[in-house]
Amino acid sequence: MAGQLSIAKALNGALRKSLENDPKTVLMGEDIGKLGGVFRITDGLQKDFGEDRVIDTPLAESGIMGTAIGLALRGYRPVVEIQFDGFVYPAFDQIVSQLAKMHARALGHVKLPVTVRIPYAGGIGAVEHHSESHEAYFAHTAGLRVVTPASAHDAHWMLRQSIESDDPVIFLEPKRRYWDKGEVGDAADLGLHDARIVRPGTDATLLAYGPMVKVCLEAAKAAEEDGRRLEVVDLRSLSPVDFATLEESVKRTGRAVVVHEAPVFLGMGAELAARLTEKCFYHLEAPVLRVGGYHAPYPPSRVEEAFLPDLDRVLDAVDRALAY
Amino acid sequence: MTVKSTARARKKAAPSVPDTLRATGEDAQPELVQLLTPEGERVEHPDYPLTTTPEELLALYRDLVLVRRFDGEATALQRQGELGLWASLLGQEAAQVGSGRAMRPGDYAFPTYREHGVAWCRDVDPLNLLGMFRGVNHGGWDPNEKNFHLYTIVIGAQALHATGYAMGISKDGADDAVIAYFGDGASSQGDVNEAFTFASVYNAPVVFFCQNNQWAISEPTTNQTKIPLYRRASGFGFPGVRVDGNDVLACLAVTRWALDHARSGNGPVLIEAFTYRMGAHTTSDDPTRYRHAEETEAWKAKDPITRLRALLEKEGLADEAFFAAVDAESEQLGLRVREGVRGMPDPDPTLIFDHVYSEPHALVDEERAEYVEYAASFETGETH
Repeated sequence: MAGQLSIAKALNGALRKSLENDPKTVLMGEDIGKLGGVFRITDGLQKDFGEDRVIDTPLAESGIMGTAIGLALRGYRPVVEIQFDGFVYPAFDQIVSQLAKMHARALGHVKLPVTVRIPYAGGIGAVEHHSESHEAYFAHTAGLRVVTPASAHDAHWMLRQSIESDDPVIFLEPKRRYWDKGEVGDAADLGLHDARIVRPGTDATLLAYGPMVKVCLEAAKAAEEDGRRLEVVDLRSLSPVDFATLEESVKRTGRAVVVHEAPVFLGMGAELAARLTEKCFYHLEAPVLRVGGYHAPYPPSRVEEAFLPDLDRVLDAVDRALAY
Repeated sequence: MTVKSTARARKKAAPSVPDTLRATGEDAQPELVQLLTPEGERVEHPDYPLTTTPEELLALYRDLVLVRRFDGEATALQRQGELGLWASLLGQEAAQVGSGRAMRPGDYAFPTYREHGVAWCRDVDPLNLLGMFRGVNHGGWDPNEKNFHLYTIVIGAQALHATGYAMGISKDGADDAVIAYFGDGASSQGDVNEAFTFASVYNAPVVFFCQNNQWAISEPTTNQTKIPLYRRASGFGFPGVRVDGNDVLACLAVTRWALDHARSGNGPVLIEAFTYRMGAHTTSDDPTRYRHAEETEAWKAKDPITRLRALLEKEGLADEAFFAAVDAESEQLGLRVREGVRGMPDPDPTLIFDHVYSEPHALVDEERAEYVEYAASFETGETH
């Protein structure tokens, strides 16, 4: 798979391969057929695999999720597309009360290999309900695996690994990065739940995932001009979290800043900060700091830049961490 | 290699369904209530008599033209980058103006995000609608000022709000009624079906006004239902009627009847306004990927404005001066909308923290203070 692919195309390729490799794989969602999805992630798949495998569903998210569960019980491997982050809530009961718990309730007798693809997070100037970062709800729910890629390579291989997983996977796609391009390797080089050190450094560790990885890489680049070497770790998986990689990094650098778009209060950063403080206490030179959204509804697009962590806010937190 | 399923090919011959088990009226042709034909012919319907004065007809024409103009201006403003997005109502003017003008002042509308024509009838300032599409707010108007609720983007959710509001009207012993607007796509949502159940069980004075514009983004109505949508009502225990959604007179008469039916304590009504989304789903959509131009062309011949104009001309109710005056007024409206949108300032970012709660909240207050201090550091040149 040589050459540069956008994240959107890398995802499309992963779906195509998954449909080819396993006749039990089916795609379900709104407008995913002829239109190819509002972000064109399923472009051309219905034409090649038919309406029975790439299914334009009625406009009902709870219906989509609930029937995906039924198909999984019948031996299928559904890959569900929720059109936008804010539209997943009508399906929340099916995801949290049903999908997440069924394997445990059946004492392992049934498997729920359902992948739920959700374009998430902001930065595209959209109207409300189109920019939400709701990863904490899902990561907080036992029974769900939650992952989010930040590069074309990871988008492709993590989606294939998610579909192959016998557990439900919430696959969060950073929609504002859909058109970012990158090399897609010939094989997965990491497990689905491994973190990746995307830029090595020595002075502080930036912990990010999804859309914020790029922001952190830019921040690290800018910091280098000031003589600061920041390490950037892409979490990739939010449940489970690869704490071994995170702890190793933070023990080396002594400082950590967690960056996500989701509100800071009770977000992923809260868990990461608590865990890193517990595990790396004697190595820390500063408290683990968090940069993220506010305890407020995602704002109208004309002021979303003030809500979204950017290079300045990340570096401001790094300054504070280094000042200890 | 691609693996195509053969599930459809394997379909077995089914045993015949006994007549007693057939869905009611499954084979009957759906009736379409129409009072004004596409050619501009005034026709009568025994169940929905409508008498109109010439002034009323002229006023409806003016509404249709101005609403279309406003909508077209908004589409242009999106193209010019002044709006982030626009959901055009092109083709659905009659359904919205007809139903909107059927409402009394005390009635209440719960819209989707496309009810610009209803907003017009409720006297909501068109600029209010544009704030959300420009991205300066999420709606922001006072819903109780004109009894027009905020736009709802999550499909179908407002059907339950409308029903609950109507339940409140019943409890108050008032004789107002509510219209819940939604589309063919939303008819699949649990919320809409739950609203049907609640409205029916509690006899709520709510009219479910479904604009079946044939398309839910790329999915035709056949993806949502196997029977005409208005027939869904019978299963929930209330009447359903299909009206020509491009016929402003029929929409007016049927909605007026339905509102009176509801406000008189007879419970809900489902109206399916059979219409067509002439444009894209929103400015982000490209309908050439999924529907044929011929279909759109065929619907053009059923245009709601052309047919009313034909009636006005045929009956000699309007002269050139009238049409010219409406056109001039629509130019004025276009200008006002254009200037209003371009002059709409970006909000102060501290808006983020306003109105999260109605009473003080410690965390929000703390974050606001942090934000203000952080933002000020750029002005003073300090980093912290």
